[in-house]
Order: sequence, then C-alpha cells, then structure tokens
Amino acid sequence: MATVTMTVNGKSVSGEVEGRTLLSDFVRNNLNLTGTHIGCDTSQCGACVVHVNSKAVKSCTMFALEAEGSSVTTIEGMANPDGSLGTVQQAFQDNHGLQCGFCTPGMVMSAAALLEENPNPTETEIREYLEGNICRCTGYHNIVKSIQAAAAAA
Amino acid sequence: MYDFALQRPQSLNEAIEALSAEGAQALAGGQTLIPTLKNRLASPDVLVSIGGLSELQGVSETDGTVSIKAGTTHGVVAATVESYPALASLAGNIGDPAVRNRGTIGGSLANNDPSACYPAAALASNASITTNKRTISASDFFAGLFETTLDEGELITQVDFPVPDAANYQKFDQPASRFALVGVFVAKYGNDVRVAVTGASEDGVFRWSEAESALAGNFSSSAIDGLEVDSEGMIEDIHGSKSYRASLVKVMTKRAVAAC
Ligand SMILES: Cc1cc2nc3c(=O)[nH]c(=O)nc-3n(C[C@H](O)[C@H](O)[C@H](O)COP(=O)(O)OP(=O)(O)OC[C@H]3O[C@@H](n4cnc5c(N)ncnc54)[C@H](O)[C@@H]3O)c2cc1C
Ligand code: FES
Ligand code: FES
Repeated sequence: MATVTMTVNGKSVSGEVEGRTLLSDFVRNNLNLTGTHIGCDTSQCGACVVHVNSKAVKSCTMFALEAEGSSVTTIEGMANPDGSLGTVQQAFQDNHGLQCGFCTPGMVMSAAALLEENPNPTETEIREYLEGNICRCTGYHNIVKSIQAAAAAA
Repeated sequence: MYDFALQRPQSLNEAIEALSAEGAQALAGGQTLIPTLKNRLASPDVLVSIGGLSELQGVSETDGTVSIKAGTTHGVVAATVESYPALASLAGNIGDPAVRNRGTIGGSLANNDPSACYPAAALASNASITTNKRTISASDFFAGLFETTLDEGELITQVDFPVPDAANYQKFDQPASRFALVGVFVAKYGNDVRVAVTGASEDGVFRWSEAESALAGNFSSSAIDGLEVDSEGMIEDIHGSKSYRASLVKVMTKRAVAAC
C-alpha cells in the first residue's frame, strides 16, 4: 500500500491505495464520491470521465497513484458552491438530456471539458467530442441540445 | 488485475534504471496497458510510470523534421504539430478526447496494435525511433502483430518524422473500438511515394509496394486502378471479411492520394 495525495473538487485528500487501485475506485470507495459511474470498466463508455488538471480522462483507465499531486474534478465538483446545479448540469435537466442518468456524470464532465476548450461548439463538434461517451437511453439528441444550451447560458 | 508495485521515477535515468529490473514494464498513458492488465493478459511485477516525466514531453519542428518526445499525448500532437498536418490530424482522430488526453506516441508505437494509427504514419514517413540505446528506422521497427524490435526494458524516447511534400491519412473507422478497420497513410517525398497500411494484415502494418511504384510514376488516384490487393493474410472478423479489407485498402489509398 502507498499513500496518495491529490486535490479533489478543491479539497486536499489522501488515502491508502495499492498500485493497481484505479482513480475511479479511489474516488468512489475511498472518498465516497459515487457520482462517478463505472459503466464498462474497459475504457469504452465514458461514464467514469473526470477532469485531471482540467483534462477529461477516463478514471477507470488511470491509476490513483498517477494522480498524485494533481487537481481532480468529479461530477460532485460541478455543482455551484451553494449546492444548486451548475450551468451544464442545469442545462441537462432543462433539456431532458438524461433518462436513466447512468451516463450523465461522464457526459457532463466531457461537455464541460469541451466548453472549456471551445465555448461555442457546432453541433458536429459536440457530437465528435462525445465520441467516447455512450448513452443507451437518449439517442444523444437532447444531450447535444443540453450542451448547446449550456454554451448559450455561459 | 494481478497485483504489482507502481513506481513513479522522477527522471528519465531513474526510469531506465527501474526498467532494467526483471519483471518491470513501462506505463505511459495506460490506454492499452490498463485494459490489458484488467484482462490479466500481462502480469508485471513493477510498473514504471513514465507519463509524468517532463524529459519525455514535447514537440519541436525544425528543418523539415517533426520531433516528438515519446511521452507526448495524442491530444498535444494534434494541437501543436503545424508543419505536418496529416500527422496532426491522424493524432486528433485516435479514439476519443479522453483517450487522446492520456495515450502517447511512444506507447502506441511500442504496442504495435495491428489496427493502430501511428504505426502507419511512422512507416510511411520512415520515421526514426530513438530509444535509450539506439535509433531504429521505422522500416526495421515493426515486427508483426504486437511485436517490435525493441529489447526488454528498452524505452522509446523520441520519434523524428521527416516532413513530406504531401501526405494524407484515411481511416475507415471501426465505430465500436474507434480504431481503424483499415487505415492508409500516403506520403510523398519528391518522386518517392510511401504507402503504409494498418488494420488490414494479420502481420500488422505493411507497405503496399505495388501502389508505391505505380504512384511514383503517376501520382494520381487513377494510377492504382489496375491493381488488386491480395486478400490472403488479411484480418477477418465480425466487422469485415478478408476480401472486404483487401478492397478497402485500395479504396482508402485512392482517397488518400486524391486528398494529398
Ligand atoms: C477507446 C479507445 C480507442 C482507441 N482508438 C485508437 C485509434 O483509433 N488508433 C490508435 O492508434 N490507437 C487507439 N487506441 C490506443 C491508444 O492510442 C493508446 O494510447 C496507445 O495504443 C498506447 O499508448 P499509451 O501511452 O496509452 O501506452 P500504455 O498503454 O501505457 O502502454 C502500451 C505498451 O507500450 C509500452 N510502452 C509505453 N511507452 C513506451 C515507451 N516510451 N517505450 C517503450 N515501450 C513503451 C508499455 O510497456 C505497454 O506494453 C485506443 C484506445 C482506447 C482505449
Ligand atoms: S467505465 Fe470507464 S470508460 Fe466505461
Ligand atoms: S441516460 Fe441512460 S445511459 Fe444515458
């Protein structure tokens, strides 16, 4: 076991992990931040996307120890400080961008990373950026609409 | 996953030292290795994480050469390489954004997946692959399915691509894996044309020499109209038969030449 220390959603945290402990397991099991979902665990679905130093990554495909010293944001960090929904989250709610909600944490984190890089994406750019995020319910249309709405609201 | 120790060396020298140990393996972006470990298809005793080493990061472009340090992610290559647009666009179409934020050029070449994109660019450009021990020309680097001529513990440090007069990469996406079902990279250096094909052969990336000769004399997509690709030795799976892949090689080559 080794100790890992990082900043998660603005707070410094540390925990005891094995070499093979995934970042997804660390945030879910050690930190109890279960908003990050594990859909496939094989790097395909994007449900586990978090930001590491502002970049979207699949937390099931990175070891916790590799995030030592990094700044990590999970879906829980997307809410406003008063606990109300952040802009991207609110846009998903307003536009029916989710049905079962399983893919939603990853979708919101990917969307936020996209809007950080490109504040006014076209529909094609949004769809391309979501290539690694799979949704089994919505058919993607309302997810795209949500992200367009979030871009307009920002 | 089997258990292992994860080491995070602070310098390239420390990493090379750590990799000389029995049972040690390099971990770069982990986008191939972590899924492999989860499937218990690899059982290293020690993983040496090289992703954070600043000595392995960065792109420089001088005198008609693009030099990429081995730990540079696909996302950084896509966003920074200017003098070789076909290479930047290849990097920008690997997998998805999250994969591109972690996956590295060194990991991609060392892994030599038969459907990976970078091996085609390296072979078509006759890139030089520098390791901690030597420099290997791309022509001597790839040694069949998931095999390279790297020695045990040998680490790629940098890849140098001579910039061609014209080049294009055409990837026919396999939408489930987001790898290439077939990908063709065409690069033209004066009268010398190199055509590298990925995703198609059971032996991994290869050069289509008949097309290269035809295109050297007449660099237009019609120059290869009369050629046929032998389907013997092509990959066959639920996504495409041997003859489908053979046919795609020609179609993608024509598209790449037309787009040059
Ligand atoms: C969903 C998904 C889609 C993908 N789509 C594509 C695609 O379209 N095209 C494509 O080409 N690839 C694709 N990939 C693979 C991706 O490009 C990987 O990033 C790449 O193959 C491996 O790079 P890595 O840095 O992640 O290496 P790792 O997974 O860390 O390592 C891979 C292997 O290389 C070795 N290694 C790593 N670095 C070095 C080095 N510097 N020197 C020597 N050995 C080294 C490791 O020991 C290991 O054996 C995809 C992956 C995923 C998960
Ligand atoms: S759980 Fe990480 S990509 Fe599916
Ligand atoms: S809302 Fe159910 S998987 Fe996307």
